[in-house]
Amino acid sequence: MFSRMADTIRFTLNGQPVDVGGLSPMTTLLDWLRDHRGLKGTKEGCAEGDCGACTVVLERADGQHEAMNSCIAMLGQMDGQSIRTIEGLLGKDGTPHPVQRVFAESDATQCGFCTPGFVMTAYAFAAGGEPPALETIHDALAGNLCRCTGYRPIVDAMKKMTGFATEPAAPPAARTASPAFDGTFFAPRSLDELVALRARYPEALLLAGGTDLGLLASRSRTPPPAAIHVSHVPELNVVHAGDRHLTFGAAVSYACAWPILVEAFPALRTYLARLGSRQIRTMGTIGGNLGNASPIGDMPPVLLALDGKVALVSRRGAREVPLDRFFVGYRETALAADEVIQSFTLPRLRAGESFHCDKVSKRRDQDISAVAGAYRIRIENGRIEDARLAFGGMAATPKRASHAEAALLKDGFDAARAALAQDFQPLDDWRGTAAYRLRVAANLLRRLELRLAEPRRPVEVEAL
Amino acid sequence: MKSGVHTAQRHDSALKHVTGQALYIDDMPEPAGTLHAALVLSPIAHGRLRKVAVPPSPGVVAVLDARDIPGKNDVAPVGSDEPLFATDRVFYAGQPLAMVVAATLDAARHAADRATIEIDAEPAILDIESALAAKAYVQAPQTLLRGDPDSALKSSPHCLSAEFTVGGQEHFYLEGQIAFALPGEDGDIVVHTSTQHPTEVQHICARLLGCDFNRITAVVRRLGGGFGGKESNASWVAGAAALAANHTGKPVKLRLPREVDMVATGKRHPFLYRYTVGFDGAGRVLALDAMLAADAGWSLDLTPGVVARALTHTDNAYWIPHFRAVGYACRTHKQSNTAFRGFGGPQGVVVMEDALDRIAHRLGRDPVEVRTLNFYDGEGDETPFGQKVEGNLLPRVWAAVKHEADWARRRAEIDAFNKTSPVLKRGLGLFPVKFGISFNIPHMNQAGALVHVYSDGSIRLNHGGTEMGQGLFIKVAQVVAEVFKVDIGRIRPSATSTAEVPNTSPTAASTGSDLNGWAAFEAANTIKKRMIAFAAEHFGAAESEIEFADNTVRIAKPGSNRVVSFNELAKLCYLGRVSLSSTGYYKTPKIHWDGVKMKGRPFFYFSFGAAAAEVAIDTLTGESRVLRADLVQDCGTSLNPAVDLGQIEGAFVQGQGWLTSEELWWDKEGRLRTVGPSTYKIPGSRDAPAIFNVRMLDNAPNTEATIFRSKAVGEPPLLLATAVWNALKDAIAATGDGKTAVRLDAPATPERILAAIDKLKG
Repeated sequence: MFSRMADTIRFTLNGQPVDVGGLSPMTTLLDWLRDHRGLKGTKEGCAEGDCGACTVVLERADGQHEAMNSCIAMLGQMDGQSIRTIEGLLGKDGTPHPVQRVFAESDATQCGFCTPGFVMTAYAFAAGGEPPALETIHDALAGNLCRCTGYRPIVDAMKKMTGFATEPAAPPAARTASPAFDGTFFAPRSLDELVALRARYPEALLLAGGTDLGLLASRSRTPPPAAIHVSHVPELNVVHAGDRHLTFGAAVSYACAWPILVEAFPALRTYLARLGSRQIRTMGTIGGNLGNASPIGDMPPVLLALDGKVALVSRRGAREVPLDRFFVGYRETALAADEVIQSFTLPRLRAGESFHCDKVSKRRDQDISAVAGAYRIRIENGRIEDARLAFGGMAATPKRASHAEAALLKDGFDAARAALAQDFQPLDDWRGTAAYRLRVAANLLRRLELRLAEPRRPVEVEAL
Repeated sequence: MKSGVHTAQRHDSALKHVTGQALYIDDMPEPAGTLHAALVLSPIAHGRLRKVAVPPSPGVVAVLDARDIPGKNDVAPVGSDEPLFATDRVFYAGQPLAMVVAATLDAARHAADRATIEIDAEPAILDIESALAAKAYVQAPQTLLRGDPDSALKSSPHCLSAEFTVGGQEHFYLEGQIAFALPGEDGDIVVHTSTQHPTEVQHICARLLGCDFNRITAVVRRLGGGFGGKESNASWVAGAAALAANHTGKPVKLRLPREVDMVATGKRHPFLYRYTVGFDGAGRVLALDAMLAADAGWSLDLTPGVVARALTHTDNAYWIPHFRAVGYACRTHKQSNTAFRGFGGPQGVVVMEDALDRIAHRLGRDPVEVRTLNFYDGEGDETPFGQKVEGNLLPRVWAAVKHEADWARRRAEIDAFNKTSPVLKRGLGLFPVKFGISFNIPHMNQAGALVHVYSDGSIRLNHGGTEMGQGLFIKVAQVVAEVFKVDIGRIRPSATSTAEVPNTSPTAASTGSDLNGWAAFEAANTIKKRMIAFAAEHFGAAESEIEFADNTVRIAKPGSNRVVSFNELAKLCYLGRVSLSSTGYYKTPKIHWDGVKMKGRPFFYFSFGAAAAEVAIDTLTGESRVLRADLVQDCGTSLNPAVDLGQIEGAFVQGQGWLTSEELWWDKEGRLRTVGPSTYKIPGSRDAPAIFNVRMLDNAPNTEATIFRSKAVGEPPLLLATAVWNALKDAIAATGDGKTAVRLDAPATPERILAAIDKLKG
């Protein structure tokens, strides 16, 4: 089923085809750009996908330009893609791109080390044609850190990022056979191939966007012995918005799922904007967020509150598991050794139901939750008839607060708040003490109560 | 000529920054055979080091530890006994033990990761209270005393005591610590270093290698951010690279990955405060008795200066007749804390802000009025350390900021809002700053420059200051352009190098343009005088008739009005055998300091500023947001308003981060666990004040003879972020009865804000 073992990685870099062989496919894109290609404009600031100094632009075949972190992207993931770096913005005669000129003319650089990353983020923003409103500008900038300017001149520059020409994407022709780079990095093109590989290489890591696993190659410098890259499997890229259900393939990126999720659950608009950054959401997938089963992942509480189901598949067949039975322990799931996540399904809200979610972290944008809460409430005749209350950051797994749910239905919000202590015994860490987490989770239920009582009254500082 | 001083020139590297063409050290071409180094760090906070062994692995060329240092194993910037590599004892988790040098970076890091480390752990002191209890200090306590605070407190109509803490701060320069050392002939080494202090790099390298200073050349084109974190800390990184280059005879690059950088290097000093303040019924402060205890970490580093600056800024804008501030430099088993923008000043000024808010609450008075009442003025104009507060702009910046911020109206509006908003509360904070400019150590206040005019009229500029994004190179170039009256494009700033200008001070303490601007002026002016003398003779005119303007030189003698271009005159000077190269030198006048008595005039002048901040807090979660900030900063007559604006805005947001979201967290074993941007949260774009009005005080030339009457601007605006802390306390107070003062330790994370609210509610 695989073409041959000596496949080279083919992609487009700054409009030119490149063909990479003889290197580990787990080499990060950033290291390759800097050390092998001699393109030193893209910088390493943190090697963990958080500072944005390494930002490059992914040019999608459909014309979308998306910022991504080159530090945590592995070369094997780049096969078939089209990438633009800071060097690729210069005109043929070496003149700066208007995005670069505007940035310089806005006094938006001081030490300059973060600047190429910001410029690439601005380029993707300009290419997207979004209105340069403050809200979208901050959304776009959430994945880039600057320590010098205080951001005002950068935001001013972003306000002028409209109406620029961008280069068209020119990805290489789609492969007809599935490559296996270096004999360690498999990129199957069908579900059959995927489950066969999973069974054959149980030690290989399943790799989707790599926003978590990329750190092994980038920060820890210990890439996995083998990886199965699931992003090219058509069945894992399904997006289906039905009348009653939404279904997303496990390899669908946050960026791609965003419009449908937000249309169905408007409260997710702010929540998703705070999940990672655009760079992370370009690559990251909800399937990955479920698969790594982190207790502080932001999507599991949402899926738990919505009674999501996850479709698992192996050579032995397919099965569907409700989310609240999927997480079985700290970073442990119900996945068998030969299984993969194919997709997950969410029911749409029914009459009388509303969905709400909260995230509390030290920094508003691009931070990991101290506590995340997601709630689905069904109200009939002014009475709460059903409730799902799910939290992240409160236990070894993302978890429903079943005692609090029962107490809420029986005795109301005060009882639900009190019952949280039966549901959770959180830990102390740098994101918050156990006492704070419990207190905030209870207070978030107070916030929920206020929202239900007075939906229009602002209950968050961001609303002021 | 529109590019001299007082014009808004863009950063000279801006186009290179945005195109990715600005070269940082890791971007420089590597000669064939370049080796890469990685550090082996202690996983234990305190103990006896038994063994460090790195197993043989492919690509590893050398493993170096304390025994491989030919000179002295000491990288202390001012003290001694701060080893580059631990010998028999380790003093913090993250302390370098050894270094692996290998053919590739991955080979070096992999080998370092596999090192076998045996340490007999011993009990560690991990917080200030424990160090105070054990009297564990890195230096003897320092006292700044005036009058008789004990008697004055006894006789004060009112007294109150309080305690609070502020946290440290990671510099988080985007470019991590890096040095690239290239061996030359006879043991010479050129080290490209991302440092604020090239001369110290030179000295530390020489000390480690046991060679004369003249064997080491430290070169710095630019830093990807410094903020004080590349003052002393860059020196040991460069020293390690030089050691490896010397040992192997090959070029060696040492770049610290973010986690290693954060674990191994020092940060801003956390402080614990206890004070008693005496005051009258109007809120006038009569006496202060304060204890400021800094967490110095495991070694002295630059702590003496930080504590001295904290003590000399405890008074801030306020006249305190009887004053005692005792500074403790606590020795803990943590990273050795170091310079960070403000250098103890930010940690000094918070004391009186806390005290004045408490006084206002106690007396039921307006905190703004209580502050105004206590300002330095004609009646009380001498600091506790004996320096007069001259050129006092406090009344002006205070009035300006209250006006800009529409203070009275918004105060009323916010009070009304809080009455009807049970969950969200808003708060206002106003803060004045007086910040002393000069290094506290007089001899450091000197600088040199080297200017060449070539025979085509192009000019090369070199000076001892380093460019770390703050725009020093463009500002000093503007000074030279102003002297010669030529376009800025004629002047080429060049990489700072100990080979061009020796014996320099760090680019620190906000003094970069004050010192190097004057030195460059002197160098340029020396050449200009020679050119004038030559032109007068050559054209048969009086020297007073030679005028430089608009890239030209006019010979304005009676009956003639000859004009030659600057370039032509340069060529004529060359042909006339006139030296077109000169050094320039400057030393700050008027300053003196007795560090034992803590008396003198440590500062050439004071910089003033004021800020008003408005915040919102969520009383359910403790989350906060800065809604608006209005800043008025005294820059004298700004050398470059565009650059200075960037300094003010950037410093404020950095200070805001220190006081709000930036929390360093060590586990119970003393291991730092916030080791990257995923866990350590500096402000992002949305965190900067939603409304951010910043202006420089108009018409305020420096009363002292600084370069073109400008003022330093690097640090003072960082302190303005104290307004955010004041505003947060105001918002928290609104959840109580309005009469109770709030204790809010910094950083004011959501957790601390919620705890303060809960405490207030009882």
